Amino acid sequence: MKGRGLHVYAICYLLFLYAPILLLPIFAFNSGTVIAFPLKGVTTQWFVQMFENASMRKALFNSLTIAISASVFATCLGVFAARASTRFEFPGKGPIMGLIMLPLVLPEIIVSISLLVVLLSIGVQLNILTVILGHTLICMPYATVILSTAFNSLDRSLEEAAYDLGETRWSAFRLVILPLVMPGIISSLLMSFTISLDEFIIAFFLAGNEPTLPTYIFSQLRFPKQIPMIMALGTMLVLMSIILLTIAEYFRRRGIAKTGAKDTGGFL
Amino acid sequence: MTTPSSSTAAHRARTAAARPMIEIKGVHKHYGDYHALRGIDLTIRAGEFFSLLGPSGCGKTTLLRTIAGFEDFADGVVLIDGQDMDGVAANSRPTNMVFQSYAIFPHLSVAENVGFGLRRDPRSKAEKAAAIEEALEMVGLKGYGKRAAHALSGGQRQRVALARALILKPKVLLLDEPLSALDRKMREQMQVELIKLQRQVGITFVLVTHDQEEALVMSDRIAVMFEGQIAQMDGPEALYARPTSRRVANFIGVMNFLPARILAETASGVEVEVPGLGRVEIPAANISQKDAGDEGPSVGFRPEAVSLVSASQPGQSRVTPGVIDEVVYYGDMTYYDVRLDGSASFDGKARPVRIAMRNVFGRDVQDVGTRANVSWSPGSLVLFR
Amino acid sequence: MATGNRSQSAQGLTLIAPPLSYALLVMAAPLLTILAYSFLKDGYLTVIREFTLENYRAVWSDPIVRTIMLRSLSVAALVTLVTVVLAFPVAYFLSFVVAPGRKAMWLFLITIPFWTSYLIRVFLWKVILGYNGVVNSGLKTLGVIEQPLGFLLYNVNSMVITLAHAYAPFAILPIFIALEKIDRSLLEAGRDLGESRAMTFWRVTLPLAMPGVVAAALIVFIPTIGDYVTPALIGGGKIPMIANMIQSQMLDLDNRPLGSALAVTAMLIVAVLSLIFVALNRRFLKVRQ
Repeated sequence: MKGRGLHVYAICYLLFLYAPILLLPIFAFNSGTVIAFPLKGVTTQWFVQMFENASMRKALFNSLTIAISASVFATCLGVFAARASTRFEFPGKGPIMGLIMLPLVLPEIIVSISLLVVLLSIGVQLNILTVILGHTLICMPYATVILSTAFNSLDRSLEEAAYDLGETRWSAFRLVILPLVMPGIISSLLMSFTISLDEFIIAFFLAGNEPTLPTYIFSQLRFPKQIPMIMALGTMLVLMSIILLTIAEYFRRRGIAKTGAKDTGGFL
Repeated sequence: MTTPSSSTAAHRARTAAARPMIEIKGVHKHYGDYHALRGIDLTIRAGEFFSLLGPSGCGKTTLLRTIAGFEDFADGVVLIDGQDMDGVAANSRPTNMVFQSYAIFPHLSVAENVGFGLRRDPRSKAEKAAAIEEALEMVGLKGYGKRAAHALSGGQRQRVALARALILKPKVLLLDEPLSALDRKMREQMQVELIKLQRQVGITFVLVTHDQEEALVMSDRIAVMFEGQIAQMDGPEALYARPTSRRVANFIGVMNFLPARILAETASGVEVEVPGLGRVEIPAANISQKDAGDEGPSVGFRPEAVSLVSASQPGQSRVTPGVIDEVVYYGDMTYYDVRLDGSASFDGKARPVRIAMRNVFGRDVQDVGTRANVSWSPGSLVLFR
Repeated sequence: MATGNRSQSAQGLTLIAPPLSYALLVMAAPLLTILAYSFLKDGYLTVIREFTLENYRAVWSDPIVRTIMLRSLSVAALVTLVTVVLAFPVAYFLSFVVAPGRKAMWLFLITIPFWTSYLIRVFLWKVILGYNGVVNSGLKTLGVIEQPLGFLLYNVNSMVITLAHAYAPFAILPIFIALEKIDRSLLEAGRDLGESRAMTFWRVTLPLAMPGVVAAALIVFIPTIGDYVTPALIGGGKIPMIANMIQSQMLDLDNRPLGSALAVTAMLIVAVLSLIFVALNRRFLKVRQ
């Protein structure tokens, strides 16, 4: 059977995709100090070491601050962009939307270096604010895509019906549109949060002396002694991402079910 | 609220004399270069069940949305109950709409949907709840209030949409293709219910539809629209029996057309010669002055206005012999295409006419090729000159 | 709403203004600054405001730049090829074999690794392929090899594996979407007209899936060229790609005009190659309508 061969291939492919991620927890709980087989024994000391590490905690705090701010800003901007693109026709719509979506395909090195050069030349101090600036930019296209799906699956006459029944433009938005796109907003917040939390390049260039989790990890990779703790940290990060994504996916699907539209696919 | 009328005829007589509810004068609407409405003049009377009928893209929905206040228009006047609607937004107009998709808010319950427009109503919560229950009862959904809106069937959604609009007691209820999403059985049932409901509440209904049957069944009057203009405005019977243009005739049901040569104007009509039918005097009421098109004058008649008879019958009707060309059997009806003797006498072109016969017990279906007599009367002919 | 076309566009523009201004300020303005810098003179630690083409001359004549640029291009091309070829059967499987109700779950499974930390995934490949890494230590434990294999890490192959892994979901999704759009009766028609399964795939499925393949190739190729982390970690810093070079010119050597010219050149090359690639596939893309 042709289908069976493909099935086996697809499962092998999934294994290839997941191989590195599956190794993470294995070595995070391995008591050996070297990341190699054979495994030594089970331990939680790396997690303990991680939580006792002050710079790690600082990095975590920074990362959370950045991720929360960037996801809120990106989602707000995304609401504007999604609403404008799904509901209105205006001159230059194509190029304007293209520009807003551009960070999706632009190499991050270009985004971060050019932003860095400008920030340095106008004398802005690099700190977590500048990282938030960059992360908001790269999260904005994702937020726009997610929110556009949410806005798009809305029947336009719902809004008109509210208007027809005596509501104003703003109260129609508040009473009808907002509750219906709320799952999309939550999904967008979680997704942007995940992207920001994992993002390395922009944080690396724009954070100045402030560590974020990825830049902290990068700085520790040079020290073999720290690797087991990094594995523990990585396990936490991956776990967090998966949980957030699952919640985001749940809300995305619920949003589609709520408006009675058909599910047309995943995240992208 | 008016009492339900005893008959459709009485209802129509009353509404025909009622005050104008909607007056539209010279309304134009452009979408960029596209001229969607080209000078609409229309008066709809209080209590009327009025339909805008036409093919898709004819501007009927645009006109309805113009009345609702969802569309700006270039020039012209829209009055509702004597009030100029210029500058009055949709949320302040005395109209409510039943949308084609019903636009039931999926995140609210049935009762919350129906009570949506009561948010600014000063009445107490209990009074509002009673009003909602009353509205639900009116559309046959008593006790459905607590249900989730997204779990409703198509027919139920439509009833919720009706209740939601009617609870606000609008002067005009606008219905945008309200039955198009329902299956045939449901549609026919809702047609009857809508008429009953309209008589009961006494509100002016304006319905948009592309389904000629729907318009004929429900309306007191119908405006047929093509390309942003009203082609004809009449009651259902007049519209069907005496269309004023070939286009309207073709859009509403089937009509046979035969070329006509005009012989003389007489005191009571026009005398014409028609191949196959011979010399006929068409009564003045059946003469359309409007649109003969490029094809020249012609006479038209409906398939069921003529019949196949075995021999000549006494009375006003005349009989023309012919040959059966085609037989299409529909169960309750049989359609015959009959080539009338002498029908090609003008230009040598054969023009079979379609005749619809009800299949009553004891009447055999005729075969192709057999000779038949077609009975017709001058009063059922319409002249397009 | 009671609005005409003019106020329609006015409302649209009002709504789009905040995200547009943000994109202009934080992205477009810096990109234009880079473009401007690339035509200015470098005066150590400062930029002299004087128009020159010297930076571009330097970029285009420098053999090191050429080597690195070619390496970036060939690594990206190789990664694109490997990724797309490996991804196609998975997309095909998802679209044609998986039951409709389970597609969302498969897609979710495939996209999850993509959303986990890129840095950690890249680093894990280093752990897997390293001299004392998972593969070598595993093989040694099993007695397959005596000495660790040295060719696993710090070379182009390991970079290709890592990047192909990183961009896998990127390639699967566009191909999957293109395959989903294919009307299934077309395939039955192909079979009905006497073609074998393989020929139907070759003559019907593949041409119709081509727009997705092109999109997948571009979506992998463009970010791969600009990748910074993989050469730094997997290449051990010894096999830099263009991103690493831009970074060192801009920051380590602080020659902003030259770094800018490098960045602009890289972007131009990518844009031109992408356009050529799309143009070559025009006849496939035409099918889309």
